[in-house]
This record gives sequence, structure tokens and C-alpha cells, in this order.
Amino acid sequence: MKPKVKEKIRLSAMAKREERWGLLFVAPPLIGFALFMAYPIIFAVIASMSKWTGMNSLWGNMVGLQNYGKILTDLKFWKSMGTTVIYMIGIPIGMILGMLIAMALNRKLPLKRALTTMYYVPVVSSLVAVAILWAWVFNYDYGLLNSIIKGLTGMHGPNWLGDAAMVKISMIIFMVWKGLGGTIILYLAGLQNIPRDYYEAAEIDGANGWHKFKNITLPLLSPVTFYVLITSLIGGFQVFVEVQVMTPNGGPNYSSATVVFYLFEKAFSNGQLGYGCAVAVLLAIIIFIITAINFKGQNKWVQTVE
Amino acid sequence: MSEAVVRKRITNNADYKSSKVTSPKQKAINAILLIVLLLVAVIMVFPLVYMVATSFMTKNQILSGQFSVIPDPVLIGKYAEVLSKGQFISGILNTIKVEIPVLLIGGFTSSLAAFAFAKMRFRGKGLVFLLLLATIMIPFAVVMIPQYVLFTKLHWTDSLLPLIIPGCFGNISMIFFLRQNLYSIPSDLMDAAKLDGCGYFKTYYKIFLPLMKGALGTQLMLWFMGIWNDYLAPTIFLRSEKNWTLQVVIRSFNSYYAIQSDYALIMAASVIALLPTLVLFFIFQRMIIESIAISGIK
Repeated sequence: MKPKVKEKIRLSAMAKREERWGLLFVAPPLIGFALFMAYPIIFAVIASMSKWTGMNSLWGNMVGLQNYGKILTDLKFWKSMGTTVIYMIGIPIGMILGMLIAMALNRKLPLKRALTTMYYVPVVSSLVAVAILWAWVFNYDYGLLNSIIKGLTGMHGPNWLGDAAMVKISMIIFMVWKGLGGTIILYLAGLQNIPRDYYEAAEIDGANGWHKFKNITLPLLSPVTFYVLITSLIGGFQVFVEVQVMTPNGGPNYSSATVVFYLFEKAFSNGQLGYGCAVAVLLAIIIFIITAINFKGQNKWVQTVE
Repeated sequence: MSEAVVRKRITNNADYKSSKVTSPKQKAINAILLIVLLLVAVIMVFPLVYMVATSFMTKNQILSGQFSVIPDPVLIGKYAEVLSKGQFISGILNTIKVEIPVLLIGGFTSSLAAFAFAKMRFRGKGLVFLLLLATIMIPFAVVMIPQYVLFTKLHWTDSLLPLIIPGCFGNISMIFFLRQNLYSIPSDLMDAAKLDGCGYFKTYYKIFLPLMKGALGTQLMLWFMGIWNDYLAPTIFLRSEKNWTLQVVIRSFNSYYAIQSDYALIMAASVIALLPTLVLFFIFQRMIIESIAISGIK
């Protein structure tokens, strides 16, 4: 009886010790989270209700929800929001292209490794550097695209970045180019995860290519599709750098500006920090709602292997 | 469905292999697909080739408006010109000054936390991990204004500290991946170490750190690239030009020299800015691609 009790006490002392060390080891990221995430979020919510510029008092200029009202009646905000959503046309384009290319690569073709590497190069490239490059590719007078168009047709090509409608298309082209490699690799990994037997069994049952794609490939790739969709949507709401590099003023008639571009301009160019925080909070709410809807809806179409 | 699959597999085991033989029709399809894939590869890489080509072109050739890829004559002076600009060199040095402490300290704190999350028992572990994981979802745009104000109040904006300090506390996606990696290592090692009276830090340092070296290396490389390519945080937090990191410098080169139509110089600067990440990627592509692929399947 006696040794048992003793052991119990010793064990719990050991468990306590483990607990203390464990908490100590996870303390740095936890403190980092508190300082650079939790505190800023709370701060942003409070500041979003103030007419604060960083120079005046935050608490002395509280205006309630006035900033939000102003944002929702600002045409520039809606324009930038509309553009942000239009850019998201690139998401399904990238997903379809990515899936098709991954399926082709998965047919055990030669050069598979080399091709995958080439597709992935834009993804690891610096966003600023390739945005600078594409601004040059899109250049109206001397750029790559227009010199090719001129060489082929003798006519002058479109004003890729200087036309209010064209600039959106140009940005979508750029974004698809930059992100496609990532989508391909994710789909390729997903395809390699599908057991070959499934296809062989379907073939024996007399299924044709379309049937196999519709009933095996597409459903079994749905977790990847879900992952790509979620991350692309979250990223899509935060597009900023390429817009600022290629069209520093937000494009002709503010036509290329995104929500984050609008936020950046208000907060850091105009010094309306409180107003900027309100835009940030609105953006966070929108992203949260969209993500929540996706997670809610996922059991309708996302399947898991086995 | 899966039941049917299993049944078919058993009954048709005989022609399991014969169905893999490629018919002439399949071969033709493969050939066409290969051509399409090569075309896509050219589209993906050609802009970058064009970037390198432009950096060697003379102004006359660039502004001719004629399509040409081969520089004629070849001008190499632009690279020397870029490197002779003090701002460019200081941009590289500043980026390195951020990389080294963040990767060393942040790599240490991240791997230590991953070890605790994977191999140690303590109350609230699951909750703490979920809390940290949720931060991946929080857009940087939401916290950037308060962070900017915080760093201004701390008088950090005249230094590189706003880019260094937060990273030193660890990187959550790195913690996530290392934790997954540690799960594949048997916990017997942990129990054995405990029985031997080996301290927790010593267990991490002597036993588990060497075991996660490979995964840690890949994650550090990805983090290196992330810091190297980061633009948004440095633009917001670095007030004085002397602290600008490389990406901020090449972006300011772009706005400055585009007016002078000095595209060769801009492209040369961008090529140099791209090189380190591309070289790393080509050397370690298998590891990098694998770790990206894992994130999708989980």
C-alpha cells in the first residue's frame, strides 16, 4: 500500500514538472501571438471607432460607428471592393488550368520533374520583382506583348495597364501566371493519392474517360479543391503588392485598386488611422464570413479518401 | 463503391497488369499533351527569360518596339551599375540582417514549441495550439496599422527591429509542420529519456532536434524565401531609406528609373533580387515541392 501512494505522488510531481517545462517551451510563440496578433486586433477594433490620426488622442476622438458609415457610403470603397471581387475570376481559371495540367502530368509523361519545376518558378519568385517585370511586359509602347502583337498583326496592341477595363484583365493574367504552379503541385499531390485500382475497376465496368473524371477524379480531388479555394479566397481579399507596383496610383480612374490598396492609401498616405482600422475590421469580417460559409458548405461537396 | 472496387480487384487480378499497356492511341494523346505542357512551361518561364534578356540590352534595342529576345549588342554594364549603387548593396545587407537573427532565434523557438506540442503533456495544449493556428487565417492587413503604431511607440521604426523581433517569437506554420514531422518519430524515445532522468530541454536538444533536422532545414529555407521576398511589412514599418530591405529598394528603383526608361537597369536589379531564391529552389526543389504538396493533403 505504502509504495503505491509514494509512486502516485512522485508521478504527479513529474507531471507537474513536465507541464511547467511544456508551457515554457510554447511561451515564445504564445507571447508573440499576444503582442503582435491579439493586442493589434483588439486595438484595431477600438481604433476603428475613433477619428484618430496617430497625432491626436485616440480616446478623445471616439465617434462610434461613424467611420463604418462613411466607408459604406464611399464610392471609392465600393469600387475597390468590386475590383477585388473581379480579380477573383482568376481563382476558378487557375483551378481549372491547374487541375487539367496536373492530370496531364500525372500520365507518367517524360520530363515531368522538369516541367513541374518550370511551372513552380513564378511561385518562388519575388512578387515585387515579377510585378516589375510584368509592368514591363505590359508596357504600351515597348513591352513584350505589344511588340509581339505588332510583329504578328502590324497593329498596336491594347493599353494593358492604362485602360480602365483592360487593367483588370491584365492583373488577372498576372495573378494566374504567378499562382498556377502552386495549384498544379497541390492537384498533382492529390492525384497521386488516388489509388490506381479505382480507375482500373471503373475501366472494367466500362466507364469512359469522362465518367472516370466525373465519378473518381473530381470527387477525390475535392479536398484539394477546397483547400485551394479557401486559401485563394483569403489571399484574394488581400491583393495589394502587385497593384501598387504595376499601377502606383490605383490605375486609370482608380480601376485597378483593391480594398487593401484603399486601406493602405487611407491609413498611410492620408494618415486616417482610425478610418483605416475600420476598413481592416470590415475586411476581416468579410473574410471570416466567406471562410465560415465555405466550411459550412464543405460537407455538401468535399469528400475524403476511404 | 469501394466494396465493388475491392471485389473487382480480386476477381480480375489476372489482367491487372495487361491494362497498363499503352495503346497507339494513348501514345498519340500523350505526345499531344506533352506538347501542350511544354507550351505552358514556355509561357511560365518566358517572361523571366525576357527579364534576363532585357537586362543585357541597350536602350536603343529596348525602345525599338520590335520583338527581340537576343540582346544585340550584349551590354553587361548594367549589373555593375546596379551593384555600384550604395542603396542596392545596403538593401541586400539589411535583408541579411533580418534573415540571420530571425532564422536562428525563430527557428529555435519554433522547433522547441513544436517539440512541446508533439511530445509533451500539459494542460491547455490543444487550446493553445488551436489559438496559434487560427492566426494563419488572420489577414496581415487587419493587424498592420496597430502593429505600425506599436512599433512607432517603441521607437523601432528607425531600425530593422519591426522585421526582426516578431519573427523571433516563432513561426506558426513552421511549428505546424515540425509538429507533424515529430509525430512520425516514436514517443518511446521520450519515455526512455525521461527514465534516464534526461531533462526536457536536453531531450529536445540532444535527441529530437537532430531527428527533425531535415524538416527543419526545409522549413527554414521556405522562411528564408518568405523574408527575402517580403515587401509589405518593410514598406510600412521602415521609415528611413537607410534601413530599406532589398524588395523596397528594387521597387523604388522601378519608380525612379522607369521615368528615364532605363529598363535594362530595372531588370538587372530585379534579376539579382530573384537569384538567391531561384538558386535555392533549383537546388532543393524536391524538398520544397514535397512540403508544399503536404500542406494541401495534410
